[in-house]
Amino acid sequence: MHPILKLIAQRVALGIMLLFAASILIFAGTMMLPGDVAQQILGQSATPESLANLRRELGLNEPPVSRYFSWLGGFLTGDLGTALTNGRDIAESLGSRLSNTLFLAFWAAVISVPLAIFLGLLAVRYKDRWPDKLISAVTLTTISIPEFMIGYVLIYWISIQLGWFSSVAIINDGMSLWQKLNAIAIPVMVLTLVVLAHMMRMTRAAILNVMQSAYIETAELKGMRMLSIIRKHAFPNAIAPIVNVVMLNLAYLVVGVVVVEVVFAYPGMGQYLVDHVSKRDVPVVQACGLIFAAVYIGLNLIADIVSILANPRLRHPK
Amino acid sequence: MTEPLLKVRGLKIGATIYPPGERPRDIEIVHGVDFDLDGGKVLGLIGESGAGKSTIGLAAMAYGRGGVEIIGGEVWVNGRDVLKTRIGDVRRLRGGEVTYVSQSAAASFNPAKKIMEQVTEAAILQGKFSKKDAEARAIELFRKLGLPDPENIGNRYPHQVSGGQLQRCMTALALCPEPDLVVFDEPTTALDVTTQIDVLAAIKEAIRDTGVAALYITHDLAVVAQVSDHIMVLQQGSMVEYGTTDQIINNPQEEYTQALVSVRSIKHEEKKPTDNPLLKVEHITARYRGTDFDVLKDVNVELHPGQTLAIVGESGSGKSTLARVITGLLPPSDGTITFDSRTLTPDLPTRNLEDLRELQMIYQMADTAMNPRQTVGTIIGRPLEFYFNLRGKAKQERIQELLDEIELGDGFQDRYPAELSGGQKQRVCIARALAAKPKLIICDEVTSALDPLVADGILKLLLKLQKIEDVSYLFITHDLATVKAIADSIAVMYQGAVVRYGPKSQVLAPPFDDYTDLLLSSVPEMKLGWLEEVLEHRKMESAGN
Repeated sequence: MHPILKLIAQRVALGIMLLFAASILIFAGTMMLPGDVAQQILGQSATPESLANLRRELGLNEPPVSRYFSWLGGFLTGDLGTALTNGRDIAESLGSRLSNTLFLAFWAAVISVPLAIFLGLLAVRYKDRWPDKLISAVTLTTISIPEFMIGYVLIYWISIQLGWFSSVAIINDGMSLWQKLNAIAIPVMVLTLVVLAHMMRMTRAAILNVMQSAYIETAELKGMRMLSIIRKHAFPNAIAPIVNVVMLNLAYLVVGVVVVEVVFAYPGMGQYLVDHVSKRDVPVVQACGLIFAAVYIGLNLIADIVSILANPRLRHPK
Repeated sequence: MTEPLLKVRGLKIGATIYPPGERPRDIEIVHGVDFDLDGGKVLGLIGESGAGKSTIGLAAMAYGRGGVEIIGGEVWVNGRDVLKTRIGDVRRLRGGEVTYVSQSAAASFNPAKKIMEQVTEAAILQGKFSKKDAEARAIELFRKLGLPDPENIGNRYPHQVSGGQLQRCMTALALCPEPDLVVFDEPTTALDVTTQIDVLAAIKEAIRDTGVAALYITHDLAVVAQVSDHIMVLQQGSMVEYGTTDQIINNPQEEYTQALVSVRSIKHEEKKPTDNPLLKVEHITARYRGTDFDVLKDVNVELHPGQTLAIVGESGSGKSTLARVITGLLPPSDGTITFDSRTLTPDLPTRNLEDLRELQMIYQMADTAMNPRQTVGTIIGRPLEFYFNLRGKAKQERIQELLDEIELGDGFQDRYPAELSGGQKQRVCIARALAAKPKLIICDEVTSALDPLVADGILKLLLKLQKIEDVSYLFITHDLATVKAIADSIAVMYQGAVVRYGPKSQVLAPPFDDYTDLLLSSVPEMKLGWLEEVLEHRKMESAGN
């Protein structure tokens, strides 16, 4: 087998093991909370008989290990159970939330990743001159301001003063893509500003590191222009660290956007999770936790694989 | 009279230096150099490190490396002053009219791109050839340079070919755009001697066949004598002597040139083995963890008190690994080491203080072997405290004694390594090893990073110290000239095994085994036509077989 396939298979196997471990942690963590689901459904005034009945009905008398496996088995077959608070099927309500979150994250990524890399390249080209300093200053400022603050400022300027986009980002299935994009324009801007700095600075640092190499001098002595040297000779050697930080930021876009969702009343995963945490709806929290873990592990796995593929020594062994 | 291809007048080059603890300041590193180079001719630039030879070579491309800046003078290429042209024109000059071959092709090729793409890049960019024609020319050059499988080698990545092959690819890269001038910057210095001779021959032939002019930069006069028409000798940024190759080699006028030509004139009388060897290496076999081949295969050598055993071999021959085994850094998988009539334990942590004291080491890179934040006094004083518990005045006196022994004298105790020259740093390392009063010092390529004259000084010092202190040296080197200068006995290593071993007079006298013959005949000699002689000789031998 090609050594690179072996490496990738190893990574994938590791990712699956990690996800498995995360599921144990999530399950055990929620088990440790005081009281059980039956208690929470019936409340403080429940009689012991009704509690025992419900426990039997929900299978809570089973040993934890078998409950864990039936939970995990359900998860793998798409059955996430029902929410305690409203009795709805979790998979169903989560599905639309998740797709909304991914929709927002996707558009934020589509804008922020190329922009961050472009700004990083620009910063390298004009290193220590005013464009570099300006890019650094602006991105550092936007990452330093809390995202809800940026959110409110943008709502004020763009939505209220200029009247361009809606300040609430409510979307539903009946809307056209254009309408949806209009609705999420401001949250996408906020998220872009928040994740830009990390990716831009890592791009700049990784490429500057490569720019010290002797082969960059070779390229200069071929009479190449600085920007094409950076693009053709430096960037391909800086991919691994850049992809790593890009993936971490993508994970953040999926998992960490609670505040932005709340500010814009956007019907995404974050808001859904926060709602149910406050109501102690354990099955929902478990489901969300595992999905978030899967997103993190999956994206980091992709970063690892891209790093492996980007290394010519691994791709083309002697 | 026709205009020369390259005309340099009053070239002055400056740089900013950052001395430790002081404000950065500007210094001049090349002080007004003049020379001409006609089309199709080869000029050798020779000098020690810091002589400004690379800097002058790159100035022909209007390029200053790092913080180096051209601050005055004129550089005319093809009848125009490149220091006064716009950056767009400079870019057409670089990679079009003048190209560059660097010392380390391994570092100068982009690891993420195929060789062909990099070799043809400049030719296509400068509009000299279409992609198809450039690739055809590259393959032609690969063939001319003696690369294996010239049709397909361009499809490989740099890490997939050997160092010597990559250096030839770099030459192809420089010749591909049909330049008028190629700057060769120490193109064979990083190679083993047996590889160097082939690459040198390939470069020489390529220069002759393409009729290109060349600036050939090197510190090795014997190498430049094989390829150049004229030689310019540089010292500390100024020209010392300029003449035809024949005149410089056979009739040098200046004292400095004479010293360069007659370098390695140390004579050392071989000492006879004693009855009781200090170090006995018996049946040593070793491998690194996680690998499945032996880097040392059944190595047997002896070293006698007050003598020098030279371990000679090319990179990867296992000579440094042998040092690691003797010091205990790498426990061998088989064999024993007897030192001063006692068996040494295989790994370092189990050795006692006395073992550690009597066996010291000096390294190739004096720079990295010293803590840059410690003064010379602290560096030399440390073993005095550690082994002899010397303190205060007694320690100070001993440090000064050692400094006198290595011929550095007063005023060095409070200096930091960064304030010393390369040779001085290596002397401090020698003093540090001597401070422990060792019986054996392992010298691992201690002169390889030094200029020939400085290296000569170090070798003389080592020989003098051996007489005074009666210390033995295990001298690891790839440089046969060094070996001839100081060894009493020699072990030639090849692929982890000792292929030839004995007293110097025997090892260096015929009949030779194949490898030792190849090694010895590959060492450049300081005479014109040496390269052709050797190649002719080899051709006849292989025809005879």
